Amino acid sequence: MPSLLTSSSPHIHGANSVPRLMYTVLAALLPALAAYCWFFGPGILVHLGLAYGTALACEALMLRLRGKPLGLFLSDGSCLVSASLLCFAIPSLAPWWLTVIGISFAIVVAKHLYGGLGHNPFNPAMIGYALLLISFPREMTSWLSPTAHSALNLNFSDTVSLIFGTGISAVDAVTMASPLDHMRTELGREHVLSAIVNNRELFGLLGGAGWEWINAMALLGGVFLLWRKIIHWHIPVATLVALLLIAGFFHLLDPARYSDPLLHLFSGATMLGAFFIATDPVSAATTNRGRLYYGAGIGIIIYVVRTWGGYPDGVAFAVLLMNMAAPTLDYFTQPRVFGHGKKD
Amino acid sequence: MSKRLFRFNGGLKLADFKTGSTGQPIVQAPIPPQLILPLQQHIGEPAEACVKPGDTVTRGQEIARARGAISASIHASSSGVVHAIEKRQVSHPSGLLAPCVVIDTDGLDRPQQAPVIIGDAYLQQTPDAVRKLVRAGGIVGMGGAGFPTAVKLKPGPEHGVDLLVLNGAECEPYISCDDMLMRERAPAIIAGARVMMHALGARHAVIAVEDNKPQSMQIMAQAIRDSGAENIELRGIPAIYPAGGEKQLIKVLTGIEIPAQALPINAGIVCHNVATAEAVYRVIYQGEGAVSRVVTLTGNVSQELNLDVRYGTPVEFLLRTYGIDPALVAAITIGGPMMGYSLHAIDAPVSKTTNCIIVKQQGAALPFSNHGGTRPCIRCGNCADVCPVNLLPQQLYWHAQSRDFDKVQDFHLFDCIECGCCDYVCPSHLPLVQYYRFAKTEIWAQEREKEKSDLARQRHEFRQFRLEREKAERAARHKQKAAALQAPSAEEAELAKKKAAIAAALERVKARKAQADTKPRNVDNLSPQQRQLIEEVDARRKQNRQQQKPGPEQKNSDTE
Repeated sequence: MPSLLTSSSPHIHGANSVPRLMYTVLAALLPALAAYCWFFGPGILVHLGLAYGTALACEALMLRLRGKPLGLFLSDGSCLVSASLLCFAIPSLAPWWLTVIGISFAIVVAKHLYGGLGHNPFNPAMIGYALLLISFPREMTSWLSPTAHSALNLNFSDTVSLIFGTGISAVDAVTMASPLDHMRTELGREHVLSAIVNNRELFGLLGGAGWEWINAMALLGGVFLLWRKIIHWHIPVATLVALLLIAGFFHLLDPARYSDPLLHLFSGATMLGAFFIATDPVSAATTNRGRLYYGAGIGIIIYVVRTWGGYPDGVAFAVLLMNMAAPTLDYFTQPRVFGHGKKD
Repeated sequence: MSKRLFRFNGGLKLADFKTGSTGQPIVQAPIPPQLILPLQQHIGEPAEACVKPGDTVTRGQEIARARGAISASIHASSSGVVHAIEKRQVSHPSGLLAPCVVIDTDGLDRPQQAPVIIGDAYLQQTPDAVRKLVRAGGIVGMGGAGFPTAVKLKPGPEHGVDLLVLNGAECEPYISCDDMLMRERAPAIIAGARVMMHALGARHAVIAVEDNKPQSMQIMAQAIRDSGAENIELRGIPAIYPAGGEKQLIKVLTGIEIPAQALPINAGIVCHNVATAEAVYRVIYQGEGAVSRVVTLTGNVSQELNLDVRYGTPVEFLLRTYGIDPALVAAITIGGPMMGYSLHAIDAPVSKTTNCIIVKQQGAALPFSNHGGTRPCIRCGNCADVCPVNLLPQQLYWHAQSRDFDKVQDFHLFDCIECGCCDYVCPSHLPLVQYYRFAKTEIWAQEREKEKSDLARQRHEFRQFRLEREKAERAARHKQKAAALQAPSAEEAELAKKKAAIAAALERVKARKAQADTKPRNVDNLSPQQRQLIEEVDARRKQNRQQQKPGPEQKNSDTE
């Protein structure tokens, strides 16, 4: 009598997998990446290469130390997503070690020391960013405006040598604050908002020059993720609506001091944050109602940090703060179970 | 009833793989040389064999009788001689052996001599008499659970039955036996449904069919019109798995959510499978007990088929008959791919709940996908999106994994219907349903353990109490004797003394029981004054009691 293989139901499974999710997210980042390269040159590609190498090496090392199967876990693509997101937050001509430090810290400390994929309470990329911003504020805030960048007329090898610190340091002369940073500083000097955003080198139609396009492309990628059902609509919609409402409210109060809500939506890392960072499932709230509160919290904190805080952009801090609130949100927003009363 | 349909949370749209097996009519499977009829093919008590080896049996003859309120009779599914009553492989998820009546068939398929055919006369019978016929016919729910049908044809003591739901949803992939039954035996299903309505006193009935079966729907609608029944209605429902789940189906049809601990009957609704209605028809109109059913044979087979199979036919016999080499079979699932179970032995027989046999040959990619290793949960929440019960499967997994069985119950583990939707969509390929089954069985085991230890503690405490009582009684007897020696008094006083002693002793025992640490006060060394005091008190108490009814005193001494 041949013996039969037995298994526990269900005996069929969908085609979905963690690598498929991660690689779809990476694909959805491509439009934003293209826009970034268009405005800020190919520097981000060098940083991406560095970041991927570092991330895979750190991941492999940690998996080995923790005795986990290398092939299965290394192929999931999660460390590449973290690496990509961090690279968007690093100035394109920043020195190479910035990326290496940021990614190493993100993968080793923020991810694996907390138990690896699925167990990290905080978004690793944002932990890496926060570390860099606090430790190396000058390097992290030295951006080139798109116009300055095209004026430099750098080719790819110039870019590489700048990043690895062997080239000319003429760039330092032309770096300046990012649009949001600039706006905050100028507002602090009692300048009127309309005059600030009239600076065509830094501001475009909707938001920061160049940044508005990166945001638009991130929005496009985000819509793609929604369409592919990789992310739920709750977090990005709540984030953007909350940011729109709070920015709109203060803008109506005093248009000279508080900028147009559209400027907030299309500057800095807003769209990237709403669709790619806040939606990291591991560290976000998981109930649908919880996701709405979580997203709204992020939108509000982004605005608070940008308007009254000491940092140029608030996305990372907003996400990290709401990461802390996620378990509590989940606990208090459990859905009503079939056949149970409202109180249950 | 309104035409509106309702939705339950989540669910899945699954590829149905049914076209192959619905391409040709139902085929009558041949009689196997040996029939293996398990004594338990239903939920409840196993039936009790009422034949012995060597007996000659005819088709439809009762060979095992229902025992207890929830049970079902077993009938010979063809004629022959009883070979043995012994333990054999049965089709059950456990893979354990179970007692079966084994019949060597004679190939003549001789029917019973005088079958009792009721026909339309059932209308003159009481609902109770109809239920008895159904019970004697050995009918059980044929959708997969196998609950004895007669029990589910009884309206509750307080609840009348408003609505009979006939479940023809057949929401799992691959299974098409109900679909084919509706196409070929629609009038029988309707007639069976009317018998059920009579037994239940149901006002109306709804037959629910998933809208991916247009042919069935058309034929059933015609059959309802032909029957002239105005209180039977056909409803097409969206093909979303698990729409055929009892509570999900009721929600879709009526919008009513049957509460977690309640049964549909509490809301005046009873749900039966369409195949069960057809089996009831055969009992009433053909005088034939449960002898066969339609089974879908599908998967890696040369020809996907729906077969009319006699109960007790070994799966292996079916495979050989329809051109499948058992040596090449890698795995077999009984039931659908979402909730069915793996067959452990290929010689296990088809039973009353076997609706589908899915064969996987060695090296084949389908029908079952076995994907690679599992990864950690990334909390994506896809599982919660598809859960038809609106649970948080991911939280359940988390707590089941860490064996936190209190937390897992807080997250309503026992509301999980094990439909497998969460497992199907999980991108980390976690065997979620397995974790829930594990947690459920662990909790049941713990509860049994607790019951056992509670019982042991109760026994121990009672023994302690008994020893105390005996000691106190002995002491009382000594005291009584001593008192008798000291001062022989009137019978009345002696009785009062005895009572006082016993009362005091019992007080001590009570105090001891209530507060195990404190030792009972010693009653032996009381001073004469104290004794006097006690006697006075007791005399008063006795007087008081006598003024009341004489009963309580008697009762008191009994309970103490």
